[in-house]
Amino acid sequence: MSAAIGSYATIGKDAPRRPAPHGAGRLAQLKARYFATPGTSLLTIVLGLMTVWAVVSFVRWGIIDAVWYDPTAEACRTASGACWAVITEKYRVILLGTYPYDEQWRSALIIAIWVVWAVLTAFRLFPLRLRLAGWLAVFAVTLVLMRGGVFGLSYIGTDAWGGLPLTFLVFGGTIAFGIPLAILLALGRRSVFPVVRFVSIATIEGVRGIPLLVVLFFGTLILPLFLPPQLDVDKLVRAEIGMVIFFAAYAAEVIRGGLQAVADGQDEAAKALGMGYWLRMRKIVLPQAIAIAIPALFNDIIRAFKNTTYFAILGLFDVLGATKVALDDPAWVRYGLEGYLFVFLLYFLICSGLSLYGRSLEQDHARRTRRAEQ
Amino acid sequence: MSIFRKKATAGDAAPPPPRRRLSPRAIFWQAALLVALAAIAAWLVMNARAALDARGMTSGLGFLFDQAQFSLGEAFFVFHPGETYLTAFAVGLGNTVMVSVVSIITASLLGTLVGLARLSRNGLASGLAQAYVYAFRNTPQLVQIVFWYSFFTLLPHARDSWSIGELIFASNRGVALPAPENGAVFAQAAAAGFVGFLVAWGVSILVERRRRRTGLRWKPLRLVQLALILAPALVVWAAAGAPADWSVPHLKGFNFKGGATLSPEFLAIYFGLSFYIAAYIAEIVRAGIGSVDFGQFEAANTIGLSKGDIYRRIVAPQALRVIIPPLAAQYVSLLKNSSLGVAIGYPDLFSISNTMLTYSGRTIEVLCIMAAVYLVMALAIGAVSNAANRYFAIPGRTS
Repeated sequence: MSAAIGSYATIGKDAPRRPAPHGAGRLAQLKARYFATPGTSLLTIVLGLMTVWAVVSFVRWGIIDAVWYDPTAEACRTASGACWAVITEKYRVILLGTYPYDEQWRSALIIAIWVVWAVLTAFRLFPLRLRLAGWLAVFAVTLVLMRGGVFGLSYIGTDAWGGLPLTFLVFGGTIAFGIPLAILLALGRRSVFPVVRFVSIATIEGVRGIPLLVVLFFGTLILPLFLPPQLDVDKLVRAEIGMVIFFAAYAAEVIRGGLQAVADGQDEAAKALGMGYWLRMRKIVLPQAIAIAIPALFNDIIRAFKNTTYFAILGLFDVLGATKVALDDPAWVRYGLEGYLFVFLLYFLICSGLSLYGRSLEQDHARRTRRAEQ
Repeated sequence: MSIFRKKATAGDAAPPPPRRRLSPRAIFWQAALLVALAAIAAWLVMNARAALDARGMTSGLGFLFDQAQFSLGEAFFVFHPGETYLTAFAVGLGNTVMVSVVSIITASLLGTLVGLARLSRNGLASGLAQAYVYAFRNTPQLVQIVFWYSFFTLLPHARDSWSIGELIFASNRGVALPAPENGAVFAQAAAAGFVGFLVAWGVSILVERRRRRTGLRWKPLRLVQLALILAPALVVWAAAGAPADWSVPHLKGFNFKGGATLSPEFLAIYFGLSFYIAAYIAEIVRAGIGSVDFGQFEAANTIGLSKGDIYRRIVAPQALRVIIPPLAAQYVSLLKNSSLGVAIGYPDLFSISNTMLTYSGRTIEVLCIMAAVYLVMALAIGAVSNAANRYFAIPGRTS
């Protein structure tokens, strides 16, 4: 007896094969993941020992033997572990910069406003328009609080601005001015006018080919030479112009990618309805293009946040610049490692938050397009 | 057959679209834009000229041949006070290129390793790789560089340095390594070996071509290639009298004598550049390998290829098409970010230019030369990547 021709069924003594031992209990899963073959077992053991060693030595250095509070840095000298006292002693300088001591409540208030509004934005408790309007208000309040000179607040010049509020302000300004400029550059690169196209391409490619530091130096050192002497632009603003242009050149390419992904028929249909160029872009093409570009755009936005640290090289006191100032104190100069680890952690938390938010926007978009296609 | 082909090409070639005449409005707006840009440029230049006149400054590139009276930290190339500004540019460029090349090699190897580890079925390996990528991507590169600098400068004094087998010493003066007594000979031998490597590569291309034509293999190919690489290096080395002495660093006073020393500045910028970009390269490698259809692995497995051959012959050629463009963008980014050496005093192109513009007062000239040099290097990497992409492209496929 044999099975029908063309059948894969086995007949007779061949017992059906047992299913693969997949999902057969927690232990089997662990074994498949970590000890499947002798080679991978060895890898697990070696990596595991190294990880345990690293964690144990870090805990010993950073927690057990560490000094947490020590205003004079005396105990730190004899301790074998980390000296977190440098943070408890200098956290005000690191987070708030060289802002006048009595007015530092203003800086602290700004940080609180930013964090609160960022959380409210991230959970999308309000409609988009309200969220964006809220950011405009946050921006305006930040400027008023930092600068003062109105509502009975004392005036404080930009040279004293610093810390997290300055980092936030620089970042917010870069995004707020950079994205519109990026959209213009991206549209310009696809323009039918050769002159507009050439100017856009030259700007984008030229800026992308040189380091951000060179762009910032152009802004801070060369711009004043090219402007009339009576037009005195603040150093902070000049550096910010460099940040905006650099961000826009990168974001323009991302948005151009989004524009290319929008089907030509969308634009053509709008044209057939008699819509003009700007109306088509504003209502039909750009909303779709930006939604497509958002995941990649968030990479650039996170990079813009990381790039605010370049201000430290220009001698401005963003978080990194302020940390440098804090660690110039001869009593604490030996605890740079702890200081920079703290800054590292701070940036890590903020950038991770931004990246999580970007991913949630991406999922939102995916869900909406799936619904639209159904 | 030929009829079909003819028909196909005839159908493919659409008639050229009618040349669109620019409307008067389009011409007007473009002309207006040009005039506006020219006016702004003229206004800026006039301002700059007035500002330079007011400060009694001259412009021009003549200063390049003047003597520069500053000294810089040591790196691959050293600048001595009294040499010209042009030399200073060359020294900075050399240091930038050297640290970038070394970092690109390290970052590529480390990034590939981490990217493969993320794809590993071993949970611990992929978890650690993911933690690495998270930590290094989500923090500013400058913070990392400054962190490494403070790490290397806060190492113990030379007297209680950390050492590995009394050969390598790490102290706050940097890392001292054993080095050949006669380094120049070894460099020449390495160069000769590199030439041999190029020749060996050419030979392998010729042999492969013959194999495709005739199906004949040339058995001793690997041996001949090894000989082609080693022989020139050995000949150069022997011709210089076969120097075999190694200089081992030893403590003398407060510092190490002998051997070669890697300065904390170099180590900080090297670690900062390599580790940061490696995290990005890991993601690119992961995405590239992920882009290869799983059926390709299965098919290769079915015909009995070994795991190494699957990766070398099936996966890598297909993954590289996806990997190369973003990889080149990361290389450009690494090259540009080497300018962060200025934050810790590594004498790269940017930090030397920064010193130069202070000493010479020629801000515009120095910054423009520097920007042009970076731009040319970035464009060169882009051109090489385009060529590599064409080499790996699958004929007949557009992407």
